[in-house]
Amino acid sequence: MSLFFIVALPFLGALLPGVMNAAGRAACAGVTFVVTLMAFVGLLTNLPAVLAGQVVTARIDWMPQLGLNFTLMLDGLGFFFAFLILGIGLLIIAYGRHYLSRNDNMGEFFTYLLLFQGAMVGIVLSDNILLLLVFWELTSLSSFLLIGYWKHLPEGRQGARMALAVTGMGGLAMIGGLMMLGQIAGSYELSVILQNREAIQADPLYTPALLLILLGCFTKSAQFPFHFWLPHAMAAPTPVSAYLHSATMVKAGIFLMARLWPVLSGTPEWFVIVTTAGLVTMVLGAVIALFKHDLKALLAFSTVSHLGLITMLLGTGTAFGVFAAVFHILNHATFKAALFMSAGIVDHEAKTRDIRQLGGLRHLMPVTFVIATIAALSMAGIPLLNGFLSKEMMLEATTKTVLFDIWWLVPALATFGSLMSAAYCFRFIGHTFLGPRRDDYPAQPHDPNPGMWMPPAILVVLVIVIGIAPALAEPFVKLVTNAVLGTAAEVPDKHIKIWHGLIPALYMSIVAIIGGLFVMAVFKPLLRFWESRARPEAKPMFEGFVEGIAVIARFVTHRLHNGAFTRYAMIGFVTIVAAGYHAWVTGTVGDATRAMQQVGPVPIAGWAMLVAATCGLVILHRNRFLALMMIGIVGLMVSVGFVYFSAPDLAMTQFTVEVVTIILLLLALNFLPKGTPIESTPLRRVRDASVAIIGGLATFALAFHYMLRDAVTTPISEFHLANSYKGGGGTNVVNVILVDFRGFDTYGEIIVLGIAALLIYALTETLLDGPVRRKLLNRVPDQPRAGDMHPMMMVVLTRVTMPVVLLVGFYIFLRGHNEPGGGFISGLIVSIAVVMQYMASGFHWASDRLRYPYHGVIGAGVLIAGLTGIGSWFVTKPFLTSDFTYVRIPPFNEFELATAALFDLGVFLAVVGAVMLSLESFSRLARRANVEDSEYPMDIDPSRDDPPDARADAPTGGG
Amino acid sequence: MEFLVASAIGLLTAAGIYLVLRLRTFPVILGISLLTYAVNVFLFVSGRLTVGAPPVLRDTLTSYADPLPQALVLTAIVISFGMTAVVVMIGLGAFLNSEDDHIDDQPDETPTGGQP
Repeated sequence: MSLFFIVALPFLGALLPGVMNAAGRAACAGVTFVVTLMAFVGLLTNLPAVLAGQVVTARIDWMPQLGLNFTLMLDGLGFFFAFLILGIGLLIIAYGRHYLSRNDNMGEFFTYLLLFQGAMVGIVLSDNILLLLVFWELTSLSSFLLIGYWKHLPEGRQGARMALAVTGMGGLAMIGGLMMLGQIAGSYELSVILQNREAIQADPLYTPALLLILLGCFTKSAQFPFHFWLPHAMAAPTPVSAYLHSATMVKAGIFLMARLWPVLSGTPEWFVIVTTAGLVTMVLGAVIALFKHDLKALLAFSTVSHLGLITMLLGTGTAFGVFAAVFHILNHATFKAALFMSAGIVDHEAKTRDIRQLGGLRHLMPVTFVIATIAALSMAGIPLLNGFLSKEMMLEATTKTVLFDIWWLVPALATFGSLMSAAYCFRFIGHTFLGPRRDDYPAQPHDPNPGMWMPPAILVVLVIVIGIAPALAEPFVKLVTNAVLGTAAEVPDKHIKIWHGLIPALYMSIVAIIGGLFVMAVFKPLLRFWESRARPEAKPMFEGFVEGIAVIARFVTHRLHNGAFTRYAMIGFVTIVAAGYHAWVTGTVGDATRAMQQVGPVPIAGWAMLVAATCGLVILHRNRFLALMMIGIVGLMVSVGFVYFSAPDLAMTQFTVEVVTIILLLLALNFLPKGTPIESTPLRRVRDASVAIIGGLATFALAFHYMLRDAVTTPISEFHLANSYKGGGGTNVVNVILVDFRGFDTYGEIIVLGIAALLIYALTETLLDGPVRRKLLNRVPDQPRAGDMHPMMMVVLTRVTMPVVLLVGFYIFLRGHNEPGGGFISGLIVSIAVVMQYMASGFHWASDRLRYPYHGVIGAGVLIAGLTGIGSWFVTKPFLTSDFTYVRIPPFNEFELATAALFDLGVFLAVVGAVMLSLESFSRLARRANVEDSEYPMDIDPSRDDPPDARADAPTGGG
Repeated sequence: MEFLVASAIGLLTAAGIYLVLRLRTFPVILGISLLTYAVNVFLFVSGRLTVGAPPVLRDTLTSYADPLPQALVLTAIVISFGMTAVVVMIGLGAFLNSEDDHIDDQPDETPTGGQP
């Protein structure tokens, strides 16, 4: 099966569990299992090629310019990890189906699990390190969801957050490190990078790149000093812990260290950092694990310890170290997953994981006892189980590793770590299963159904088989080792054997096991000693750290963002002017290439009106109604300017928008105070005025200089003018640009407009749902109401003109392609016609006659425009390619039919819907409780025969 | 002619900035509208000033006003209506909730009242 499918299957399959949720728990787990099984079988189909030593690849160019391509490769190492991820994944899914209770949302769980699985498979199959980074971040995110799956548990949420913060931070560091690595090697493809060992290690960027990459690996693989997140992630459901912390998530860091081993290892920096971190983690984790009472915490710290062990082996930089590391990865995955699942079974049945409340379970849970004991003994390093083999190889490797020039340091610490490791394994067995049977278990434990114990049992069988017949696993381990080593070193010519003869590692093993038994014998005094000591607790430290950062962030935010908008605006204006000034004095300005045009009396008059209105607006702005009139004049003069300077479309748009804007502001002013008090000091006003004048002068200078110079290059407008008729079939170039050349822009813009209108609607709804509603309903208007709210003259006039205005809109729309007009303008015109009906006949009357809700109109517009664009796909043209033809229906003249007109229809509808929805929302605020909605358009209507005095006291309002 | 248009843009900008720096919502909204005019006109004149040659193809004409800034400004005008409406709605909502149309956060909790 293609590698793409293997990676894609879990992601695609992640859609299924949620859908199958309603079909029952078995179906939900079943579909997840089948998806994983398909990926697993797909992986196995590639096994012959991998065994033959080939590297299976698959490639799709994604963004070649960035060096980011979807390239996948499968060699021994990738196969090994993918096998573990999918294989153990299968067992976990089977186990999880029985573990989760009826209250847990199984679809959600398996969706997260599959997302995580896909991301992990992606990491181990990526050939491109940028792609690998994408998957790397995906594992951080999906593991966050998994760890925090039990959202009701604060520990779950905190643990998930901590895991995300730590691994996410490491991920950021790793982005930097891998980018540097790619820069040095000149490619982001792993296959290229791995060939450039000398060049990379000689590069001055090697050390920073190494540090950053290791930071990513160490955080992910919980190496000291970042080990603290892993135990807190144990708040997750046990299947998650078993999956994340045995075979997958925490192995990602190990995987990357192994993957990059050929190019990064072998230097003193690598050796010292990786070996030391691994050694410290191994010993520290083992010691803490011994004293943990929570079964899962014990296993969590043992995982930390074993990850340290593997890291240390990779750090030695020898081929034998890698050999041992690969073998231990395999062994650790088998026994640790089995142990986690056993702990989960105990927790599930006895309803506690506290080792102090357990003991004597061997009588009650014999099956679980056998499984857990074998797995734990393997972890302790007891012969004939697989843990023994790799642990002895590890000890052997340490005898040849000299750190800081002290020959006994590494072997002694490794032996001590193994001793503690043996001790906690014995404790796990002894304090959970051995000892007298108790009668105070929180629940009566018994063996679970086979669905739960079968998955760990399968793993335990592997533990024994590999332990007794290591020769079976050896070829595979050597294959993987070869894949890790690449060309950097030869696979060691050693065999995995149970009996190596009387070598130092054997004595070290014996010391560890006997010492472990001894520690168990004196465990009680040791525990008392341990608990009497103050130890640094990671969680408060971490939370203190996060809180510290939050305090700083809050301080900075509050200082910068203190709620004073005027200050932000002031800072903004001054900064913009300063930046412009900087550009002005450092750049060069060419000579004027255009002559100034002559000015006639009409432009001067228009200019004078604009200046007068603007100055009037500033001076009179405290009277808000006057200010509104002034700004209306300003808008009008701007429209006139557009007419004068050959922009009829703009003029029509500006003019119609002006009308609706003024109506909108009037509606708002209905509720707002009618004046603005003097609050600012004269000094402040002088300051504001100076900033304003400086800004105005700057804009003036910029515009003036700009207009007197020709464009530096030929503007694209030449193309538009030349092709408007030939290509777009329209003579109004502005409209052709809108609906054709830049139709995609327009499409985006009508969507923005629609969203703005929906936002206004939503805000209105929120207001009317809240405490404001009563205030609005009981409002007493502060302005005198008109005696005749809906005068007969106005009602009749607007109704008479309505068809005429609609006709004008229709005409403007149709001619838009060839003459000034089009969807935007006719949309505004039609909106104004409808608004006039609201104004004349009242809100209630008008909305009663509304057949289509305005949201629907917006949606229809966007849909029509979008479908028109998609239509061009059917003739294998890009989105929004327009076409046109000329038809002739007798007796009319020949006329043009263009798909652009359909697009323009979409624009028209979206504009009508958006404008009307905005205005309607504002007017809905104006309804008052004490004013009845009139069902008549006019207050006084001679054609109605109800006497006017019957309604004399009621109708004083409306819309 | 260029001087007139440039000075109009400058004046609109100056008036817009001054009003945006006021302390109540309504003048700020008017200021933003003025800035909108200024920016739209500025974008429009980036096609340079042309009199009597709208970009509607005619057999008798050979040179036209630059159509591209016009197309861009056309949508900008419509969008700015939408944005003005949203800003007005936000300002109105804030006023209705707190009876206060100050643009800045007020130091004390008690609303100072919106009436002049």
